[in-house]
Amino acid sequence: MFKLLDGPQTLGRGRTFWSCFLIVLAAALVYPIFADSYDVGNFSYFLIWIFMALGLCLMWGYGGMLSFGQTFFFGIAGYAYGVLAINMGGGSTTIAALVLSIIIAMVAAGILGYFMIWGGINGIFFGIVTLSATLVLAFFLGQTAGPEWHIGPARLNGFNGMKGMDPLAIGDFYIEGSALYYVMVALIVIVYIALRVLVNSRIGNVIVATRENPQRAEMLGYDVRKYQLLTFVIGSGLAGLSGALYTSWGQFITPSSIGLPAAAMPIVWVAFSGRSDLTATLVGAFLLLFGFQTITVYSQQVALVLMGTLLLVTVMLAPQGFVLGVGKLVADRWTAGRRRDATAALPDAGRLQSDGT
Amino acid sequence: MALVDVKGVTKRFGGLTAVSDVDLTVSAGEVHCLIGPNGAGKSTLFKLIVGLYPPTKGTISFDSVDITDERPFARVQRGMSIKMQAPSVFRELPVRQNIEIALQGRLSGAQRDAERERLLDHLNLASESGKPAGALSHGQQQWLEIGMALALQPQLLLLDEPTAGMSPEETFKTGEFIKSFNAEGMTILVVEHDMAFVRQVAQRVTVMHLGKIFARGNLETILADEKVAEIYLGKTHAH
Repeated sequence: MFKLLDGPQTLGRGRTFWSCFLIVLAAALVYPIFADSYDVGNFSYFLIWIFMALGLCLMWGYGGMLSFGQTFFFGIAGYAYGVLAINMGGGSTTIAALVLSIIIAMVAAGILGYFMIWGGINGIFFGIVTLSATLVLAFFLGQTAGPEWHIGPARLNGFNGMKGMDPLAIGDFYIEGSALYYVMVALIVIVYIALRVLVNSRIGNVIVATRENPQRAEMLGYDVRKYQLLTFVIGSGLAGLSGALYTSWGQFITPSSIGLPAAAMPIVWVAFSGRSDLTATLVGAFLLLFGFQTITVYSQQVALVLMGTLLLVTVMLAPQGFVLGVGKLVADRWTAGRRRDATAALPDAGRLQSDGT
Repeated sequence: MALVDVKGVTKRFGGLTAVSDVDLTVSAGEVHCLIGPNGAGKSTLFKLIVGLYPPTKGTISFDSVDITDERPFARVQRGMSIKMQAPSVFRELPVRQNIEIALQGRLSGAQRDAERERLLDHLNLASESGKPAGALSHGQQQWLEIGMALALQPQLLLLDEPTAGMSPEETFKTGEFIKSFNAEGMTILVVEHDMAFVRQVAQRVTVMHLGKIFARGNLETILADEKVAEIYLGKTHAH
């Protein structure tokens, strides 16, 4: 298990990395004690999107499948949570609504993925088909304003979006504010650790092999289509988790959270962060969301233009990702420093030894 | 006993017939060399056997089972393994991980690690095991790919120009390597241009020309065939 956490597919290994991880986690856990509830709510909002970014990192960075469909599955799970929460009633049933909505997103991913992967769609066409599906869903939901568009008492409401669902709750206790924040932190730790184990496992080996050279992977006896489908379903399921949590957090969801500008965001986060590493994606996506939200307070248009610029700059200057690049630089300096120290210590050790004899 | 039985196989790419009505039998336990001039259809026939191309016509059997419609991974699971013409490795991944991915289907844990190290030693790649496979020289990549193919412990090993880009010493060593695996019972089908290598390893030879089987037999018979010498070997080789 520990070997899988520190395996070759993930940067950040060893005692130093995990000590830093625990320090950051401890800081995250005590943060609500020192911050006001508005900031804690904002942080919860940033954390919601991390799952979607990690899912795309798995598909794109590890599996080589550039999916523009993260907001497609985000939307499916978000709307599914709304419909289920309204129809099933509040209280603890919202937990069931959350789980079911993620399953619905994963089933949708299974169906779309099956037709794409078994149909031999790959490369840029994978992005085009997933983007098309996303735009179709956003367009479809945008024209559901009429009263005839409802599932039970849950009205879809067109561009105005769906509202009126309960937030996550256990009995009479609503998971909001600090409680929601802690749930988010716990979920992120679980998902991050689980993904590290997955990518460093035998399955992860085949996933990266398929990215590198699918024909060679098949010539080693692996049905690469199954591994691609598995990667797509898990990655899209994580987008679904983001969608369901988003609807629960704000108690609304609109088609604009699915459409083109929203669909491009995960690509920017992951490209900027470094698509080939989970930790880089986790850190980079959080930083970008924080920056985007801060700028959005002044001007949403400026924030969007900056995101587009950032994508261009990343592609031109650091195609492997800025956060990943900085992380590698720090790791290299750290390793070189330790080596230098060890080399400098060697003559001293020799002298001490000879002095003693 | 025939391990591979190709019957009446044709492959057309639009108007071009790359392989035409070919029959080929590879017996269990032999080293069978497939030779012929460029464009003869040898590599296409290889890809047909391993399932990378579907035949336009004809059937392919492996170990008496019709595998014509099976995908490549299913054929590999039956006991085939191929080394492609151009080195086909996982370029961004470390050499060690390349071998591991090939091994993990049949071994795990300490057994896998031990076998990986043994293979790396055998391939003279132990000192390069941490490097990305793409950073190896052409010859080393050829070795790595042969190692990955061998890691599957196949019944049938298909090698498409395994010594391309290798020095004469490396070529000879590869030949000895292949013979040692054949001595353990592995059936080997090789496409090769290097006649010294063919002389070193071949027990049976099939000559292809213009997509058809032109001649077959043991090496001496083939070398003595005037027509073969004319189309491929050059008359000086025949004497």
